[in-house]
Amino acid sequence: MPVEIDTSSEKFAEYAEPGRLVTGDWLQARLGEPGLVVVESDEDVLLYETGHIPGAVKVDWHTELNDPVVRDYVDGEGFAALLGRKGISRDDTVVIYGDKNNWWAAYALWVFSLFGHQDVRLLDGGRDKWIAEGRPITTGASTPAPTEYPVVERDDSLLRAYKEDVLAHLGAGPLIDVRSPEEYDGSRTSAPAYPEEGALRGGHIPTAQSVPWARAVAEDGGFKTRAELDDIYRGQAGLEDGDTIVAYCRIGERSSHTWFVLTHLLGFENVRNYDGSWTEWGSAVRVPIVTGAEPGEFPGR
Amino acid sequence: MTDVLPERLAEIRDEFLELPEPDRLQLLLEYSYELPAVPAEYEGHPELAERVVECQSPVYIIVDVDAEGIVAMHATAPAEAPTTRGFASILAQGLTGLTAAEVLAVPGDYPQSLGLTRVVSPLRISGMTGMLLRAQRQVRAKSAA
Repeated sequence: MPVEIDTSSEKFAEYAEPGRLVTGDWLQARLGEPGLVVVESDEDVLLYETGHIPGAVKVDWHTELNDPVVRDYVDGEGFAALLGRKGISRDDTVVIYGDKNNWWAAYALWVFSLFGHQDVRLLDGGRDKWIAEGRPITTGASTPAPTEYPVVERDDSLLRAYKEDVLAHLGAGPLIDVRSPEEYDGSRTSAPAYPEEGALRGGHIPTAQSVPWARAVAEDGGFKTRAELDDIYRGQAGLEDGDTIVAYCRIGERSSHTWFVLTHLLGFENVRNYDGSWTEWGSAVRVPIVTGAEPGEFPGR
Repeated sequence: MTDVLPERLAEIRDEFLELPEPDRLQLLLEYSYELPAVPAEYEGHPELAERVVECQSPVYIIVDVDAEGIVAMHATAPAEAPTTRGFASILAQGLTGLTAAEVLAVPGDYPQSLGLTRVVSPLRISGMTGMLLRAQRQVRAKSAA
């Protein structure tokens, strides 16, 4: 049974779906409650082991959410086995948190959503805020009782964009590039401080607007207020209700963060994450690329 | 393979390979806790350290070669990056005390021989490979000088 939503925050109440976020207070008071599973998902595969929220289970994006051979996510059976192992039932409330302002937590949430897991939320501010607030952390192992999670086929049609979808989308709707300005203008192919992950060309997809993911993050590491987010995405980037939107970054993790903001906090109904992102587009043959600080025109229209 | 690899690096590799896969992560975590602080003379001198750009986390290495040609490797990485700290710790322990020639003879695929590729992911292991290759390049540069 889903756990009630967190109604304690005035900030959350302004969002399109207030129930998609929880505060540290709310979560701490409910740790161990039946029907609630806490999941940590980090960039660093060992960070969970250095200390995690009591009872939380780890889900690693590299080794658990991705298929080990094909560049894709696990299939329905793989997902069912994973969630069964983690002690998650189909109707459980899942609260995800992680490092880097919840990049990987948002990525995990997005993958859970591809499988139609209904009640999946983020801990606002993620791991760092929880620790900064002096809340409990343990290195004690979590030993969830395995569950029988049903095999549900992944539905990529609504939330995920493939390269072909992006090509078809060019000129038909807005694209949001959430990478750093240096990646956007083509002066580098990976995030500052990130490894060169095999994109052969630099620049951005024509017509894409640059809205770096971190613009959605407040000083305290949580999400900015509804008014601030509306100003950034509706005001400055010009997104409008009814738009079909595609967001991308380098491998789809930072754009999951923006996807979460656009979908759950601002209420856009048709937002897809292009997880192939720059590591695919920047190496694909004969796809259009624009360099420089301007979005550029789509040559075909 | 065992006979060309310096003893300490071979020991570390065997230590990992003897464990079942899930326990290897725990051992890597123990290594991450053992990463020593950089010597005081390097503190506050980021210009003396080399950034390992292959790693996702900000990790810097400093490799010294003394008058006798003996290598010492130091590294810094944030506490929030235990995997990277573990990699750095393995290399610092394995390379420090070797001669420059011994360090240069360490095979570039040593990180892939630790049995961690599946539990940590190939992309993450490539960060350790980057660290090793950079350490070797520093040794080459500093022993030529």
